[in-house]
Amino acid sequence: MELLIKEIIGKYNYWLYIILMMIGLYAIIAKNNLIKKLVGMNIFQTAIILFYISIGYKKGGTLPIIEIPHGHHTISPESIDISKYINPLPHVLMLTAIVVSVATFGVALAIALKIYKEYNTLEEDEIRMRLRGK
Amino acid sequence: MYWILDLMILTLVIVCAIGAITIKDLLGTAILFGAYSFMMCLLWAIMGAVDVAFTEASVGAGVSTVFFVAAIFRTTRRTRD
Repeated sequence: MELLIKEIIGKYNYWLYIILMMIGLYAIIAKNNLIKKLVGMNIFQTAIILFYISIGYKKGGTLPIIEIPHGHHTISPESIDISKYINPLPHVLMLTAIVVSVATFGVALAIALKIYKEYNTLEEDEIRMRLRGK
Repeated sequence: MYWILDLMILTLVIVCAIGAITIKDLLGTAILFGAYSFMMCLLWAIMGAVDVAFTEASVGAGVSTVFFVAAIFRTTRRTRD
């Protein structure tokens, strides 16, 4: 029981990431305004990025940069301790994900602008009503 | 020591996210969403992902918010939910 509580409290990042993801999902499904839906999508994406960064994190770890003293040009592989470095692979993957999320957001806003020009509203139910009336 | 800061910023992130989707003004949504992105960026800087943090600060909190505000000025601030 104590082990379970320790596990739950020690991994609070993951719990909060699940909460953020559910907030995003709720906004995508339940909100009526198109821009609010886009904000929900972005919150969902950042929650997933938070999850990946949390995977790579290590308590007490530093950035993976090898310090070579001035004047020395070689370093022996034995002197590098891999276990104290943060894993940089999820960081690199998530850099791409951030750029993709901004591109998606820009295109979605452009489509929302077009919809507003055509229907003069951003509310989903009004657009549906207008579509049914035609 | 870091976990206090970490928890504070995580709480602020969730408050900003809930505020951004419940506020009844789209400009307020834009501002709160920018605050959310910047809090996320601070969180990643704490977790050692400095490259991700400054990309998020420039692209997520900067360019996204500018796009957002531009789109709101071209459409409407009115929202029902």
